[in-house]
Amino acid sequence: METLTNTPKLADRAYNIRRNALRMGEVQGQGYIAQALDISDVLAVAYFHAMRYRPEDPSWEDRDRFLLSNGHYAIALYAALIEAGIVPEAELETYGSDESRLPMSGMASYTPGMEMSGGSLGLGLSIAVGMGLGLKRKKSDARVYTLFSDGELDEGSVWEAIQSAGHYKLDNLIGIVDVNNQQADGPSTQVMAFEPLVEKLQAFGWFVQRIDGNDLNAVVAAFDVAKSHPAPKPRMIVADTLMGKGVPFLEQREKNHFIRVEQHEWQLALAALEAGRQA
Amino acid sequence: MKTVRSAPQPGKPRLTTSAMIASIAAEGQKTRPAPFGHALVELARSRPDVVGMTADLGKYTDLHIFAKEFPDRYYQMGMAEQLLFGAASGLAAEGFMPFATTYAVFASRRAYDFIHQTIAEEDRNVKIVCALPGLTSGYGPSHQAAEDLALFRAMPNMTVIDPCDAHEIEQLVPAIAAHQGPVYMRLLRGQVPVVLDEYDYKFELGKAKLIRDGKDVLIISSGIMTMRALEALQALKNDRVDAAVLHVPTIKPLDADTIRREAGRSGRLVVVAENHTTIGGLGEAVAALLMRSGVHPPFRQIALPDEFLDAGALPTLHDRYGISTAEVARQIKQWL
Repeated sequence: METLTNTPKLADRAYNIRRNALRMGEVQGQGYIAQALDISDVLAVAYFHAMRYRPEDPSWEDRDRFLLSNGHYAIALYAALIEAGIVPEAELETYGSDESRLPMSGMASYTPGMEMSGGSLGLGLSIAVGMGLGLKRKKSDARVYTLFSDGELDEGSVWEAIQSAGHYKLDNLIGIVDVNNQQADGPSTQVMAFEPLVEKLQAFGWFVQRIDGNDLNAVVAAFDVAKSHPAPKPRMIVADTLMGKGVPFLEQREKNHFIRVEQHEWQLALAALEAGRQA
Repeated sequence: MKTVRSAPQPGKPRLTTSAMIASIAAEGQKTRPAPFGHALVELARSRPDVVGMTADLGKYTDLHIFAKEFPDRYYQMGMAEQLLFGAASGLAAEGFMPFATTYAVFASRRAYDFIHQTIAEEDRNVKIVCALPGLTSGYGPSHQAAEDLALFRAMPNMTVIDPCDAHEIEQLVPAIAAHQGPVYMRLLRGQVPVVLDEYDYKFELGKAKLIRDGKDVLIISSGIMTMRALEALQALKNDRVDAAVLHVPTIKPLDADTIRREAGRSGRLVVVAENHTTIGGLGEAVAALLMRSGVHPPFRQIALPDEFLDAGALPTLHDRYGISTAEVARQIKQWL
């Protein structure tokens, strides 16, 4: 079965994505590293199992589109784009620096493979609706993947887009919402209650799966089902994730939107990640 | 603190034409119906990449003409302006050229960040076409976009256009389609006055055009204020005032050369007339340009005041805020 044979390789991919992200964090001394670590398994499956693209031609017409709505997760997407060979690994050292193509917040005009300028939260799904409509107009079978965060569920525009995607039955949209239950002012569920999320999304006409976003087998299965499900509906994967995943001392650090990592800790984090991989 | 107004005096005669989409055409004026809708249909026949989008205002932006002709190229996004412009960016990213319509207040105020980030910053080829520009509704501030030009002028990559009449709208639809990049266009809809056809006028993107020459005063105007300026010429002439009218439909990028040249001709009062607040529109754009260029003619602005405008009948409001034909003539005479 494709799923099972791919899984060990995907674990390597996820490891490499986490490692790339930690190395970028060390360059800048900061970054949304806890989010990058929590979403690496999803990105590994997206880029090395689910999506169709050509690393040497990031704007290939038949590629699947990947929209990063939560632009502050750019460090994670860069890590995946480097692993995918879309961004040269050498540029990792420039992360967040002057002249870099890897700014702290993702922008379409800076980075190969970055499809939108995020950062102002709640934009991605609206763009995805337009892309989904456009791909159907062109009779393209490409899909639009949109990653966004649970905090973005507070934005009214997200629900405008969710409602319209259901209205237009955009079965070429696959949304992934990262439920790490952390936003700027605290736990997302306390900042603004968004549950029951699955039922809400279903009521808006979406086909919804909720999974442990750090269980590679579950993520693979969810992407497979999202792609193959026959319902003429947009698809949402609600991914519950653990901030700092893969680096135990960061998993246990007091939860914060912007987790502080001391300069000497980056190497410790890389070592902990490596240790976890061998265990 | 906001206080509630006093009740009106009983018995006083009052105009009652405070409809939201009151026509700006005067009684008996030559008009053409829905020039934008018909021009877009014409364009779309030769441009299969053109799509129409709206946020529940198809009928009120003349886009229903397009929808009827090309139903499969028309996207109703519901009453959701943020979605409208985000989705327009997405369609543009896929190679289409969306003409996205709503009211100017909603594009400029509600959806500003969406236009800024998903269209302007990404340089997407979206044409934003907005009805009820400036003071063209008697509904009050909710529908009066007195500051839309200031907001869109301040947005990098954005081309900003304020057309005068049906004749111009028909010409500028193919012109903005030929321009690659985002455009904000003020729309006059419904029965739209036809004015500029009598002046052998041709719209060119980025060009100001001298419609009438005169030696005493130079009126620099955009949008419906060019119509008002031309209407005011007769009253000015009766008082032996010889006025020139320079029409500036492209607010950004400004035709700096033409404006500098005309404003630099000695002996003329320069009056900038616009259907927009005094802040950040054509008047201040021209003033800054002239200051930077070392051109210092006597300078006045005819524009809406920096306040929340009243609800009421448009003719009353245009008089009250100084943008009616009679008020344009009166103010200019007073300044000379």
